[in-house]
Amino acid sequence: MTRRGRSLWIAGVVAALVVAGVLSWYASSSPDGLEHAAEQAGFAQSASDSATAGSPLADYLVGGEENRLSAGAAGVIGVVVTLALAGGLTLVLRRRGTPADRT
Amino acid sequence: MCNKVGGVHVPDGFLDVPTSVATGALAAGTVALALRRSRAELDDRTAPLAGLAAAFVFAGQMMNFPLPGLPVSGHLIGAVLTAVLVGPWTAVLCMTVVLMVQAVLFADGGLTALGTNVTLMALLAVVLGYGVFRGLAAVLPRTRAGILTATGIAAYLSVPAAALTFVGLFALGGTVDIPVGTVAAALTGVHLLIGLGEAAITVAVVGAVLAVRPDLVHGAARLRPATPLAGRPTTTAEVAR
Repeated sequence: MTRRGRSLWIAGVVAALVVAGVLSWYASSSPDGLEHAAEQAGFAQSASDSATAGSPLADYLVGGEENRLSAGAAGVIGVVVTLALAGGLTLVLRRRGTPADRT
Repeated sequence: MCNKVGGVHVPDGFLDVPTSVATGALAAGTVALALRRSRAELDDRTAPLAGLAAAFVFAGQMMNFPLPGLPVSGHLIGAVLTAVLVGPWTAVLCMTVVLMVQAVLFADGGLTALGTNVTLMALLAVVLGYGVFRGLAAVLPRTRAGILTATGIAAYLSVPAAALTFVGLFALGGTVDIPVGTVAAALTGVHLLIGLGEAAITVAVVGAVLAVRPDLVHGAARLRPATPLAGRPTTTAEVAR
Protein backbone atom coordinates (compact mmCIF):
# COMPACT_ATOMS: atom_id res chain seq x y z
CA MET A 1 0.00 0.00 0.00
CA THR A 2 1.18 3.50 -0.69
CA ARG A 3 1.56 5.90 2.20
CA ARG A 4 -1.71 7.67 1.31
CA GLY A 5 -3.43 4.32 0.92
CA ARG A 6 -2.21 3.30 4.34
CA SER A 7 -3.39 6.53 5.99
CA LEU A 8 -6.82 6.09 4.39
CA TRP A 9 -6.98 2.51 5.67
CA ILE A 10 -5.92 3.45 9.19
CA ALA A 11 -8.38 6.37 9.28
CA GLY A 12 -11.16 4.05 8.13
CA VAL A 13 -10.39 1.39 10.74
CA VAL A 14 -10.25 4.03 13.48
CA ALA A 15 -13.59 5.47 12.31
CA ALA A 16 -15.19 1.99 12.38
CA LEU A 17 -13.78 1.29 15.86
CA VAL A 18 -15.03 4.64 17.20
CA VAL A 19 -18.52 4.16 15.70
CA ALA A 20 -18.86 0.56 16.94
CA GLY A 21 -16.96 0.98 20.21
CA VAL A 22 -18.14 4.39 21.42
CA LEU A 23 -20.88 6.05 19.36
CA SER A 24 -23.07 2.94 19.08
CA TRP A 25 -24.01 3.36 22.76
CA TYR A 26 -25.85 6.52 21.74
CA ALA A 27 -27.66 4.84 18.84
CA SER A 28 -31.44 5.04 18.80
CA SER A 29 -33.01 2.21 20.80
CA SER A 30 -36.40 2.56 19.09
CA PRO A 31 -37.51 -0.56 17.21
CA ASP A 32 -35.99 -0.57 13.73
CA GLY A 33 -38.00 -0.40 10.51
CA LEU A 34 -38.61 -4.13 10.18
CA GLU A 35 -39.40 -4.67 13.88
CA HIS A 36 -41.81 -1.75 13.87
CA ALA A 37 -43.53 -2.93 10.69
CA ALA A 38 -43.83 -6.47 12.10
CA GLU A 39 -45.58 -5.07 15.18
CA GLN A 40 -47.86 -2.89 13.06
CA ALA A 41 -48.81 -5.64 10.66
CA GLY A 42 -49.11 -8.20 13.45
CA PHE A 43 -46.42 -10.77 12.75
CA ALA A 44 -43.82 -9.69 15.32
CA GLN A 45 -44.72 -12.61 17.59
CA SER A 46 -43.74 -15.15 14.96
CA ALA A 47 -40.06 -14.32 15.55
CA SER A 48 -38.26 -17.02 17.48
CA ASP A 49 -35.03 -16.74 19.44
CA SER A 50 -31.92 -17.26 17.39
CA ALA A 51 -29.98 -20.47 17.99
CA THR A 52 -27.11 -18.18 18.95
CA ALA A 53 -29.19 -16.17 21.48
CA GLY A 54 -26.99 -17.66 24.22
CA SER A 55 -23.81 -16.32 22.61
CA PRO A 56 -21.63 -14.33 25.03
CA LEU A 57 -21.92 -11.46 22.54
CA ALA A 58 -25.69 -11.69 21.96
CA ASP A 59 -27.44 -8.33 21.51
CA TYR A 60 -24.10 -6.57 21.04
CA LEU A 61 -23.22 -6.83 24.73
CA VAL A 62 -20.47 -8.84 26.40
CA GLY A 63 -22.12 -11.38 28.72
CA GLY A 64 -25.39 -9.47 28.58
CA GLU A 65 -23.99 -6.65 30.73
CA GLU A 66 -25.86 -3.48 29.80
CA ASN A 67 -23.17 -0.90 30.19
CA ARG A 68 -20.97 1.27 28.03
CA LEU A 69 -17.88 -0.88 28.48
CA SER A 70 -19.59 -4.12 27.53
CA ALA A 71 -21.37 -2.58 24.54
CA GLY A 72 -18.17 -0.87 23.40
CA ALA A 73 -16.14 -4.08 23.73
CA ALA A 74 -18.76 -6.01 21.73
CA GLY A 75 -18.60 -3.40 18.97
CA VAL A 76 -14.80 -3.48 18.87
CA ILE A 77 -14.78 -7.30 18.74
CA GLY A 78 -17.29 -7.20 15.87
CA VAL A 79 -15.20 -4.73 13.86
CA VAL A 80 -11.98 -6.70 14.41
CA VAL A 81 -13.59 -10.07 13.53
CA THR A 82 -15.29 -8.62 10.41
CA LEU A 83 -12.07 -6.93 9.31
CA ALA A 84 -10.09 -10.15 9.80
CA LEU A 85 -12.60 -12.36 7.95
CA ALA A 86 -13.47 -10.03 5.06
CA GLY A 87 -9.92 -8.68 4.80
CA GLY A 88 -8.43 -12.18 4.91
CA LEU A 89 -10.87 -13.47 2.29
CA THR A 90 -10.26 -10.61 -0.13
CA LEU A 91 -6.46 -10.86 0.34
CA VAL A 92 -6.61 -14.55 -0.53
CA LEU A 93 -8.82 -13.92 -3.57
CA ARG A 94 -6.88 -10.95 -4.96
CA ARG A 95 -4.72 -11.08 -8.04
CA ARG A 96 -1.10 -10.75 -6.95
CA GLY A 97 1.28 -8.10 -8.17
CA THR A 98 0.80 -4.46 -9.02
CA PRO A 99 -1.63 -3.47 -11.79
CA ALA A 100 1.35 -2.49 -13.97
CA ASP A 101 2.56 -6.12 -13.98
CA ARG A 102 -0.57 -7.17 -15.84
CA THR A 103 -1.69 -6.14 -19.26
CA MET B 1 -33.74 1.61 29.43
CA CYS B 2 -30.91 1.28 27.06
CA ASN B 3 -31.65 -1.70 24.91
CA LYS B 4 -28.61 -1.68 22.69
CA VAL B 5 -29.76 -4.10 20.06
CA GLY B 6 -28.03 -2.48 17.13
CA GLY B 7 -29.27 -3.49 13.73
CA VAL B 8 -32.16 -5.86 13.49
CA HIS B 9 -32.37 -8.24 10.60
CA VAL B 10 -34.94 -10.88 9.67
CA PRO B 11 -35.14 -13.23 12.68
CA ASP B 12 -35.89 -16.95 12.66
CA GLY B 13 -39.59 -17.71 12.41
CA PHE B 14 -40.86 -14.94 10.10
CA LEU B 15 -40.61 -17.13 7.00
CA ASP B 16 -41.45 -20.83 6.63
CA VAL B 17 -38.88 -23.56 6.03
CA PRO B 18 -39.30 -23.93 2.22
CA THR B 19 -38.86 -20.18 1.70
CA SER B 20 -35.81 -20.10 3.97
CA VAL B 21 -34.30 -23.09 2.15
CA ALA B 22 -34.92 -21.37 -1.20
CA THR B 23 -33.31 -18.08 -0.13
CA GLY B 24 -30.49 -20.09 1.45
CA ALA B 25 -29.83 -21.86 -1.86
CA LEU B 26 -30.00 -18.58 -3.78
CA ALA B 27 -27.61 -16.97 -1.30
CA ALA B 28 -25.16 -19.88 -1.46
CA GLY B 29 -25.19 -19.86 -5.27
CA THR B 30 -24.60 -16.11 -5.37
CA VAL B 31 -21.72 -16.29 -2.91
CA ALA B 32 -20.12 -19.14 -4.90
CA LEU B 33 -20.32 -17.03 -8.05
CA ALA B 34 -19.01 -13.95 -6.22
CA LEU B 35 -16.00 -15.93 -4.94
CA ARG B 36 -14.97 -16.42 -8.58
CA ARG B 37 -16.03 -13.08 -10.08
CA SER B 38 -14.62 -10.87 -7.30
CA ARG B 39 -11.07 -11.81 -8.32
CA ALA B 40 -11.34 -9.40 -11.24
CA GLU B 41 -12.11 -6.57 -8.81
CA LEU B 42 -9.44 -7.38 -6.23
CA ASP B 43 -5.76 -6.59 -6.45
CA ASP B 44 -3.04 -5.50 -4.05
CA ARG B 45 -4.48 -1.99 -3.88
CA THR B 46 -8.19 -2.74 -3.57
CA ALA B 47 -8.22 -5.85 -1.35
CA PRO B 48 -7.36 -3.94 1.87
CA LEU B 49 -10.15 -1.46 1.11
CA ALA B 50 -12.63 -4.33 0.81
CA GLY B 51 -11.85 -5.59 4.32
CA LEU B 52 -12.15 -2.05 5.61
CA ALA B 53 -15.51 -1.55 3.85
CA ALA B 54 -16.91 -4.67 5.56
CA ALA B 55 -15.70 -3.53 8.98
CA PHE B 56 -17.17 -0.10 8.37
CA VAL B 57 -20.54 -1.57 7.34
CA PHE B 58 -20.56 -3.68 10.52
CA ALA B 59 -19.98 -0.54 12.59
CA GLY B 60 -22.49 1.50 10.59
CA GLN B 61 -25.20 -1.11 11.07
CA MET B 62 -24.85 -0.75 14.87
CA MET B 63 -25.59 2.95 14.62
CA ASN B 64 -29.37 3.07 14.54
CA PHE B 65 -30.58 6.58 13.74
CA PRO B 66 -33.98 7.89 14.89
CA LEU B 67 -36.65 8.81 12.37
CA PRO B 68 -37.98 12.28 13.20
CA GLY B 69 -41.35 12.17 14.93
CA LEU B 70 -41.69 8.39 14.79
CA PRO B 71 -41.02 5.69 17.39
CA VAL B 72 -38.85 3.94 14.82
CA SER B 73 -35.15 3.80 14.00
CA GLY B 74 -33.27 2.88 10.88
CA HIS B 75 -29.76 1.74 10.16
CA LEU B 76 -27.36 1.57 7.27
CA ILE B 77 -27.44 -1.44 4.95
CA GLY B 78 -24.23 -0.43 3.22
CA ALA B 79 -24.69 -2.48 0.04
CA VAL B 80 -24.35 0.44 -2.39
CA LEU B 81 -21.58 1.95 -0.25
CA THR B 82 -19.55 -1.25 -0.57
CA ALA B 83 -20.41 -1.92 -4.22
CA VAL B 84 -19.42 1.58 -5.38
CA LEU B 85 -16.18 1.46 -3.35
CA VAL B 86 -14.93 -2.05 -4.13
CA GLY B 87 -17.15 -3.47 -6.87
CA PRO B 88 -20.40 -5.47 -6.80
CA TRP B 89 -19.01 -9.02 -6.54
CA THR B 90 -16.68 -8.07 -3.73
CA ALA B 91 -19.60 -6.26 -2.10
CA VAL B 92 -21.63 -9.49 -2.11
CA LEU B 93 -18.79 -11.17 -0.18
CA CYS B 94 -18.26 -8.26 2.23
CA MET B 95 -21.98 -7.97 3.04
CA THR B 96 -22.22 -11.75 3.52
CA VAL B 97 -19.32 -11.73 5.98
CA VAL B 98 -20.97 -8.91 7.96
CA LEU B 99 -24.32 -10.76 8.08
CA MET B 100 -22.62 -14.01 9.13
CA VAL B 101 -20.68 -12.33 11.94
CA GLN B 102 -23.88 -10.65 13.14
CA ALA B 103 -25.93 -13.84 13.07
CA VAL B 104 -23.32 -16.17 14.57
CA LEU B 105 -21.65 -13.97 17.20
CA PHE B 106 -24.25 -11.33 18.00
CA ALA B 107 -27.55 -13.23 17.51
CA ASP B 108 -28.66 -10.45 15.16
CA GLY B 109 -30.68 -12.04 12.38
CA GLY B 110 -31.65 -15.70 12.66
CA LEU B 111 -29.39 -18.56 11.56
CA THR B 112 -32.15 -20.14 9.47
CA ALA B 113 -32.89 -16.62 8.20
CA LEU B 114 -29.26 -16.03 7.17
CA GLY B 115 -30.03 -16.96 3.56
CA THR B 116 -32.93 -14.50 3.59
CA ASN B 117 -30.81 -11.70 5.02
CA VAL B 118 -28.03 -12.41 2.50
CA THR B 119 -30.61 -12.45 -0.31
CA LEU B 120 -32.05 -9.09 0.79
CA MET B 121 -28.92 -7.17 1.80
CA ALA B 122 -25.99 -8.88 0.04
CA LEU B 123 -27.74 -9.83 -3.19
CA LEU B 124 -30.82 -7.72 -3.96
CA ALA B 125 -29.55 -4.45 -2.46
CA VAL B 126 -26.15 -4.86 -4.16
CA VAL B 127 -27.43 -5.95 -7.59
CA LEU B 128 -30.28 -3.46 -7.79
CA GLY B 129 -28.33 -0.65 -6.13
CA TYR B 130 -25.24 -1.12 -8.27
CA GLY B 131 -27.39 -1.48 -11.40
CA VAL B 132 -29.10 1.83 -10.66
CA PHE B 133 -25.72 3.39 -9.92
CA ARG B 134 -24.22 2.26 -13.25
CA GLY B 135 -27.30 3.34 -15.18
CA LEU B 136 -27.26 6.81 -13.68
CA ALA B 137 -23.47 7.18 -13.84
CA ALA B 138 -23.68 6.48 -17.58
CA VAL B 139 -25.96 9.45 -18.22
CA LEU B 140 -24.71 11.88 -15.56
CA PRO B 141 -21.56 13.99 -16.04
CA ARG B 142 -18.35 12.06 -15.35
CA THR B 143 -17.49 14.29 -12.44
CA ARG B 144 -17.31 13.79 -8.71
CA ALA B 145 -20.77 15.38 -8.36
CA GLY B 146 -22.17 13.05 -11.00
CA ILE B 147 -20.75 9.95 -9.28
CA LEU B 148 -22.07 11.09 -5.90
CA THR B 149 -25.54 11.86 -7.28
CA ALA B 150 -25.74 8.37 -8.80
CA THR B 151 -24.45 6.88 -5.54
CA GLY B 152 -27.03 8.71 -3.42
CA ILE B 153 -30.02 7.78 -5.57
CA ALA B 154 -28.90 4.15 -5.79
CA ALA B 155 -28.36 3.96 -2.03
CA TYR B 156 -31.76 5.51 -1.41
CA LEU B 157 -33.60 3.06 -3.69
CA SER B 158 -31.79 0.01 -2.30
CA VAL B 159 -33.61 0.38 1.02
CA PRO B 160 -37.29 0.32 -0.10
CA ALA B 161 -36.28 -2.30 -2.69
CA ALA B 162 -34.98 -4.63 0.02
CA ALA B 163 -38.11 -3.96 2.11
CA LEU B 164 -40.41 -4.72 -0.82
CA THR B 165 -38.50 -7.91 -1.56
CA PHE B 166 -39.10 -8.98 2.03
CA VAL B 167 -42.80 -8.29 1.47
CA GLY B 168 -42.67 -10.59 -1.54
CA LEU B 169 -40.96 -13.33 0.47
CA PHE B 170 -43.50 -12.89 3.26
CA ALA B 171 -46.33 -13.23 0.73
CA LEU B 172 -44.77 -16.52 -0.43
CA GLY B 173 -43.77 -17.98 2.89
CA GLY B 174 -44.84 -15.81 5.82
CA THR B 175 -45.69 -17.92 8.88
CA VAL B 176 -48.61 -15.65 9.82
CA ASP B 177 -51.60 -15.21 7.53
CA ILE B 178 -51.67 -11.45 6.94
CA PRO B 179 -52.76 -9.73 3.71
CA VAL B 180 -49.77 -8.68 1.59
CA GLY B 181 -51.12 -5.12 1.42
CA THR B 182 -50.96 -4.78 5.22
CA VAL B 183 -47.34 -5.95 5.33
CA ALA B 184 -46.39 -3.75 2.37
CA ALA B 185 -48.06 -0.69 3.90
CA ALA B 186 -46.33 -1.20 7.26
CA LEU B 187 -42.89 -1.64 5.69
CA THR B 188 -42.86 0.79 2.77
CA GLY B 189 -43.45 4.14 4.48
CA VAL B 190 -40.73 3.72 7.12
CA HIS B 191 -38.21 2.39 4.63
CA LEU B 192 -38.80 5.33 2.27
CA LEU B 193 -37.60 7.47 5.20
CA ILE B 194 -34.76 5.16 6.26
CA GLY B 195 -33.46 5.34 2.68
CA LEU B 196 -32.68 9.03 3.23
CA GLY B 197 -30.28 8.09 6.03
CA GLU B 198 -28.77 5.37 3.85
CA ALA B 199 -28.20 7.89 1.03
CA ALA B 200 -26.69 10.53 3.36
CA ILE B 201 -24.20 8.12 4.99
CA THR B 202 -23.28 6.49 1.67
CA VAL B 203 -22.66 9.81 -0.10
CA ALA B 204 -20.61 11.10 2.86
CA VAL B 205 -18.35 8.03 2.94
CA VAL B 206 -17.92 7.63 -0.83
CA GLY B 207 -17.35 11.40 -1.08
CA ALA B 208 -14.62 11.22 1.58
CA VAL B 209 -12.80 8.38 -0.19
CA LEU B 210 -13.21 10.13 -3.58
CA ALA B 211 -11.60 13.23 -2.10
CA VAL B 212 -8.42 11.47 -0.98
CA ARG B 213 -8.06 8.40 -3.24
CA PRO B 214 -10.42 8.61 -6.26
CA ASP B 215 -8.30 5.93 -7.95
CA LEU B 216 -9.40 3.39 -5.32
CA VAL B 217 -13.13 3.90 -5.92
CA HIS B 218 -14.37 1.09 -8.17
CA GLY B 219 -17.45 3.01 -9.31
CA ALA B 220 -15.36 6.03 -10.27
CA ALA B 221 -13.19 4.13 -12.75
CA ARG B 222 -14.33 6.43 -15.55
CA LEU B 223 -12.92 9.42 -13.69
CA ARG B 224 -9.47 7.84 -13.81
CA PRO B 225 -8.39 8.33 -17.44
CA ALA B 226 -8.44 12.12 -16.89
CA THR B 227 -4.86 12.23 -15.59
CA PRO B 228 -2.99 9.90 -17.99
CA LEU B 229 -4.85 11.21 -21.03
CA ALA B 230 -4.20 14.85 -20.17
CA GLY B 231 -0.73 14.74 -21.66
CA ARG B 232 -1.85 13.09 -24.89
CA PRO B 233 -0.50 15.05 -27.86
CA THR B 234 -3.23 16.61 -29.95
CA THR B 235 -3.20 15.43 -33.54
CA THR B 236 -3.61 17.82 -36.44
CA ALA B 237 -6.88 16.06 -37.34
CA GLU B 238 -8.30 16.94 -33.92
CA VAL B 239 -7.10 20.52 -34.15
CA ALA B 240 -8.72 20.86 -37.55
CA ARG B 241 -12.10 19.83 -36.13
